[in-house]
Amino acid sequence: MSKSSLSILARNWALFFVLILILIFSFTGINFFSLANFQNIFHLSTIYLLLSASETFVIITGGIDLSIGFVMGLSSVLSATIMRELHAANFPPALSISIGSIVALIVCIIPGFINGVLITKYRVPPFIATLGMGGIVNGITLVMCQGFPISFLPPHLTEIGNGYLIYILPGKATSFFNRPGGIAGEELKELIRIIPNSLMFNFVILFILWHILKNTKFGQHTYAIGGGMDAAVRSGINTNRHLIIIYALSTFLAGLAGVFNVFQTGTGNYTPFTSMYELIAIAGVVIGGASLMGGKGRIIGSVIGVSLMEVIENGLHLSGVDPFFRFIAVGLILIVAVVIDQSFPDLL
Amino acid sequence: MGNITTRKNDLQKFFLQLATRWAIIFLLLGAILFSIISPGFFSFNGIQVILINSPFILLLGLAETFVIITGGIDLSVGFIMGFASVISAKLIATFFGLGMNDLLSIIIGIVITLGIGMIPGFVNGILVARLKVPPFIATFSMLGITHGISELIIKGSYIKNLPALAGEIGNGSLINIAPGKTVSFFIKPLIQRGGQLIEILPTVFVIPFIFVIIFAFILKSTKFGQHTYAIGGNVDAAVRAGINVKTHIIKIYMLSSLFSTIAGILYALRYVTGKADAGTAFLLDGIVAVVIGGASLYGGIGSVWKTVIGCLIILVLENGLRMLGFPTYYKYIVVGVVLIFAVLVDQFFPELVHKEG
Amino acid sequence: MEYLLEVKNLTKKFGGLVAVNNVSMEVKKGEVVGLLGDNGAGKSTLIKMISGVYRPDDGKIFFEGKEVIIDSPIKALSINIETLYQDLALAENLNVYSNIFLGREKLKKILKFINVLDHDYMHKESKKVLDRLEMEIPSLRNRISVLSGGQRQAVAISRSIYWDAKLLIMDEPTAALGVAEQKKVLDLIRLLRSQGLGIIIISHQLYDVFSVADRLVILRRGEKVGERNIKETNPDEIVSLIVGAEKVAM
Repeated sequence: MSKSSLSILARNWALFFVLILILIFSFTGINFFSLANFQNIFHLSTIYLLLSASETFVIITGGIDLSIGFVMGLSSVLSATIMRELHAANFPPALSISIGSIVALIVCIIPGFINGVLITKYRVPPFIATLGMGGIVNGITLVMCQGFPISFLPPHLTEIGNGYLIYILPGKATSFFNRPGGIAGEELKELIRIIPNSLMFNFVILFILWHILKNTKFGQHTYAIGGGMDAAVRSGINTNRHLIIIYALSTFLAGLAGVFNVFQTGTGNYTPFTSMYELIAIAGVVIGGASLMGGKGRIIGSVIGVSLMEVIENGLHLSGVDPFFRFIAVGLILIVAVVIDQSFPDLL
Repeated sequence: MGNITTRKNDLQKFFLQLATRWAIIFLLLGAILFSIISPGFFSFNGIQVILINSPFILLLGLAETFVIITGGIDLSVGFIMGFASVISAKLIATFFGLGMNDLLSIIIGIVITLGIGMIPGFVNGILVARLKVPPFIATFSMLGITHGISELIIKGSYIKNLPALAGEIGNGSLINIAPGKTVSFFIKPLIQRGGQLIEILPTVFVIPFIFVIIFAFILKSTKFGQHTYAIGGNVDAAVRAGINVKTHIIKIYMLSSLFSTIAGILYALRYVTGKADAGTAFLLDGIVAVVIGGASLYGGIGSVWKTVIGCLIILVLENGLRMLGFPTYYKYIVVGVVLIFAVLVDQFFPELVHKEG
Repeated sequence: MEYLLEVKNLTKKFGGLVAVNNVSMEVKKGEVVGLLGDNGAGKSTLIKMISGVYRPDDGKIFFEGKEVIIDSPIKALSINIETLYQDLALAENLNVYSNIFLGREKLKKILKFINVLDHDYMHKESKKVLDRLEMEIPSLRNRISVLSGGQRQAVAISRSIYWDAKLLIMDEPTAALGVAEQKKVLDLIRLLRSQGLGIIIISHQLYDVFSVADRLVILRRGEKVGERNIKETNPDEIVSLIVGAEKVAM
């Protein structure tokens, strides 16, 4: 194999691997290769995609953010709480939902801002700052919800969160955003759904982030800081301000994930200690080709990384394999990712 | 020359010395505060309660101490602990079920688990030292792999049927005194119903404590310890001084894995079962304890006793909050604040870092 | 007269890049050889082959008349080749005497079978060698990180001296030092030379090199382009050898 095709293979190994796995699982898995299943995979990975995107920015600068899982929990609980209270006070659902979401999003910028300040002005290592902050946020979240999910939310939330763009009842009706009215029982099984709302939502967000990273000065400076802090400082980049924005953006996206969690589940949920969301997000970013040293990484890469893990979980599940194998599989793939990254150090 | 200046310098020096020891002071203040607010904190029983919860954090903290001093990190300790609890429980139950004597099945089960438990550490070491995988990723992968294997072994149900002896050892104390009658070690003596029994030093605390003492000594006074610090301080210097850095790093991760395994075995004995997520609660506590105690994540600085203080701070805070009636959630907030505070102190007093090691 | 060190036809490649190409040189006992060349000329790579960090792809090394294979830093240290790297290779978090004894710590037995670091011995011995070099360091128990550049250099040099270096390789010993400290280091080099050590010194400071070296070896792009006795040359000629003007002039 020629050197350049070898490096093309290496650079996109995760993508090729996903495709190969899809091929394999199509044979071994029941209903794996179906529109419904693929859309389901995307739908379930919404949270991880958002979290991975936020980690991508942070990791490119050579840092890390261990607070996003707990910030997501905060956002979920906070937005749900507000929605519940407003709803109980007889506000119209649309208003309670909007206000709840927006307030949570704004609040979630704060932990990231603090992270950024600790890391830049006080030189606290990112690992510690975000770990500590995450713990604090988690504590606050738990105090807020007392360990219980928040319910009694305004109606229609789950319809938006789990809805699709197009519904087709073959031969009978087509509708947008909502199920065609008056269908019940048997006919429900015939219903074809296309393009989940979550997919559109994700696509827009990820597209914006991709654009920022690839085509703007902000993105360029992000890579620069990751490549060498000294050089970045000396070329006039205000690295302190930039990093604070990066960490604030990171928790903001985590907040977004939390709000979306409410839309998907219909309740506000704190993040259990064992869920390791941030670790999975980081894994997605690393599998996608980023280096923990900083300077490398792409949004598309992180998307592929997360997709790989989701495909594995879904495929193994549908193939009847013990789901715990996926922990082992992801562990191995992560190691492969790093080894490849080191064998081809010049790939960007 | 003037008296005033020298006195001021002495005062400054005194406060500086005090500041170095901030962790200990914090610990003492916290302990005193809590014991004032809720009497019974420092009581015999109160301390025993803290001690009973300490073994796991102490062992995982011990594990992380060595790894972090070399500039690495081990995220897998919690799940190796779960892995070990599962394996040891399963082995003991199996041997017992096959008719082996209860003491023997426990001993053999433990020995085999100790051996198997070092394998994840060995793999971690190879990944970090030879394949140059960043410790974060390597140990995170191992976390996943051991988690997966543990769950596969359990297959969703509980591990049962361990001999009763296991639970007795796990929940027993080193010294048991039935006043006026007998004294026995490790296992409760037979006493009449309603008879009095004084238990001193829970076994599950004694064992980590012994390791703490041994390994504090090793880290401070042996070549192995010295080289551990050297690698953390300047890997290149260590290589050029002829230290076999790769082998040393592998040993360090195996040591970490060993401590986690012991924690898992103690868990199995204490709760008479094995669970894959036995260690998840302590997953990051080990790292937090080490950092609060004063180690640097960049390596080269830290000590076993500092980690012990870090562990104690966490335990005192947890128990203090609990005794004051705060729901457990507040612990996360408080520990998070203390963690950040610990690192900030190191920044504001850089001389602390430069004091004699 | 037998050479202390003789390297013949040493070559080292990294992938497609030839860092050192067929270089031969000698060092006698009690002689200071200056190894000069521009960045990328191959000086560091050459000495790393002598100190065991790299293995030559081709060529031989003779030490005290016998051929040796130096396949690791320990091997070099064991035949008394000590190297002082540009970054000094000191552990910031360890104290002075620990750095001097790094990798070769002195142990003592307690309770008859446990081996423990002998701090007192190492402290005493380190003090002795630092006194010999007339270096002032307030407390040997301080971590290296509080010492000045010159003091660190002193510690690094003491380390080499203590272990009875026969051949001392110094990479940029005076860089990052103040004028007074530079003079001290140069005096030290002369002192060591008079004690019979062979010394190779890499330096960009031609003035320093000219004040201590007996002979100069010049590398350019991995090859030896010149060798001169100090008395028979001058800085201008050396500079032109380094940058290659002489060849152009030809």
